[in-house]
Amino acid sequence: MAIMNIREAIVSTLNAEMERDSDIILLGEDVVGGNGTAGGPEAIGGIWGTSPGLWKKFGPERVIDTPISESAIIGAAAGAALSGKRPVAELMFADFVGVSLDQIWNQMAKFRYMFGGKTKCPAVVRLVYGAGMQTAAQHSQSVYAMLTAMPGLKVVLPTTPADAKGLLTEALRGDDPVMFFEHKTLYGVKGEVPEGDHRQRFGEARVVREGGDVTVVACGRMVNFSEKAADAVAKDGVGIDLLDLRTTSPLDEDAILESVEQTGRLVVVDESPPRCSLAADIAAMVTERAFTSLKAPPAMVTAPHSPIPFARNLERAWVPSPQKIEEAVRRVLAFR
Amino acid sequence: MQLNRDELLGAYRRMKTIREFEERLHEEIKTGEIGGFTHLYAGQEAVAVGICDQLTVDDKIVSTHRGHGHCIAKGCDVKGMMKEIYGRAGGLCKGRAGSMHIADLDVGMLGANGIVGGGAPQAVGAAIAARIDGKGRVGVTFSGDGACNQGTTFEAMNLAVVTKVPAIFVFENNHYSEHTGDAYAVGTSKDIASRAEGFGMKAWRANGCDFFETYAAFTELLEYVRAGNGPAAIELDTERYYGHFEGDPQRYRGKGELDRIRAERDCLRAFRARVTGAALLTDEDLDAVDAEVLALIEEAVAEARADEQPDPATVADDVYVEYY
Ligand SMILES: Cc1ncc(C[n+]2csc(CCOP(=O)(O)OP(=O)(O)O)c2C)c(N)n1
Repeated sequence: MAIMNIREAIVSTLNAEMERDSDIILLGEDVVGGNGTAGGPEAIGGIWGTSPGLWKKFGPERVIDTPISESAIIGAAAGAALSGKRPVAELMFADFVGVSLDQIWNQMAKFRYMFGGKTKCPAVVRLVYGAGMQTAAQHSQSVYAMLTAMPGLKVVLPTTPADAKGLLTEALRGDDPVMFFEHKTLYGVKGEVPEGDHRQRFGEARVVREGGDVTVVACGRMVNFSEKAADAVAKDGVGIDLLDLRTTSPLDEDAILESVEQTGRLVVVDESPPRCSLAADIAAMVTERAFTSLKAPPAMVTAPHSPIPFARNLERAWVPSPQKIEEAVRRVLAFR
Repeated sequence: MQLNRDELLGAYRRMKTIREFEERLHEEIKTGEIGGFTHLYAGQEAVAVGICDQLTVDDKIVSTHRGHGHCIAKGCDVKGMMKEIYGRAGGLCKGRAGSMHIADLDVGMLGANGIVGGGAPQAVGAAIAARIDGKGRVGVTFSGDGACNQGTTFEAMNLAVVTKVPAIFVFENNHYSEHTGDAYAVGTSKDIASRAEGFGMKAWRANGCDFFETYAAFTELLEYVRAGNGPAAIELDTERYYGHFEGDPQRYRGKGELDRIRAERDCLRAFRARVTGAALLTDEDLDAVDAEVLALIEEAVAEARADEQPDPATVADDVYVEYY
């Protein structure tokens, strides 16, 4: 096993998969960086440092710097995918889904179904998301719930370097459009990454810890916050079953239900506003399917129903915190 | 063009205020007190001021992620801006906006914008409103050489031409969109104005590092648009001194490039040379403005630091609907 951070896991996976499969192409704004400048191509290897060296190795036909035109980027990825290539399109910020939404929503997501199941659309869209860097209302959103709600897309959110590799490999070898969400505060998170071929199947939640008293379901950065909350309540002898969803589409319903059937208590943590959210969806699913196992109403820990503010203290108040998760755990435990 | 002494001093004051605001932010950011993304405008002052000095508070502008210069030129309160960038309660947007989204509708500044290309259609909307109001007002959008590649910009230009509204497209070509050069990313041989012409709009071109040239070209343009001829565009050739965002090491720049543009294309130095050379103002006049501006920025930083943080209980205010 090698130790690397999520950023490194992504670069090395892109590198290895592009080497393995010459159909994989990469496109996005500044993925090469420096084109048309005195410094020249690869003066910068991606705004988030997730593509250095790829242009030099694979050349301009496969690593394509684009103008600022998200509709064109995602639409080109969709068309290339329909034409036998395996594009990886980068959206520097997931918020820019807004600009390219039609190409994701009405085009890419619909092809396979709309064309009678005869078509594949193996496109991976990498989206950098999440609050925590004071990037404010238009650069901090977690739009995974919106895309999870859209039939025809797979939605993936790695939390560890090993999963970043395993899930990206799976995405690149699959035949469907995948929305691959990278939390901007997690790039530096280090961990062990299996060497060689490592695929992580979609729809298989990661059991982060088993405790038996309360089921906590989370994804992305909220998994790490939930671990903190689990540590805090462990001091009082409370054991948490913590599930990292890894993918929200497909959703590992079985893992969630199995755990809730044992604990009888559910807390869902979601880094987005409450209405029509992932938290609401999972709470409803559990209420419908495991009602008789429940000892307390499911609790949702979400952001407030508002855009994301800039000021440091306001942003902290906005993001679901370990403390709020802990409070929710105690609340479902205290319910009778 | 005949600018009187007060107008010249005012223009210099606004350009200098932008420059000092930016230079100071460049230093303050190193303290770690300012979070998020800050995109500095230094180098491009002649564009913002050359254009906004000819607008009234009732003319609307729509800005970019690099919006400080447009804000100051349009008359936003400098102290309120500084507080906003520090994320303070007294900020122009109560600390919600930060550097990238500052707005002040009272002075006709409809917002910086974190979405590249997000603003151009809104300027057309402002122009539609202006035409209905019938007072000869205009809607102006600033876009970079990067933003001119966004579909929204194309759609906005076409809509403006079709509806013949008083929309003005200002293209600030500083030759970089983030770390990519216009030589690579702009397909029309780097000529952005010709795109506007392609949509059927009259377009001007000027040296955006020269306040007087920018001003004169925009005077003609504004007269044309205010006269009811429909939309128009102007492309300004300009320079940005700092990185795309604060913290960008600018590895894409050529050797000596920044020194050269600062030495040869500095709009403030060119302004000073021109007005003192023509005996319109003296060095002493301008030095006095410099001192005033420095004092203002000093106060703005001190007041921003001392201002309160927003109350976390207000985090979900102003969204029409509240959930508990
Ligand atoms: C829709 C969208 N895509 C990408 C970005 C990221 N981004 C922010 S500024 C920028 C470059 C803009 O270049 P330009 O329009 O030339 O303006 P300049 O930075 O030169 O002032 C990019 C790509 C964004 N904010 N919004």
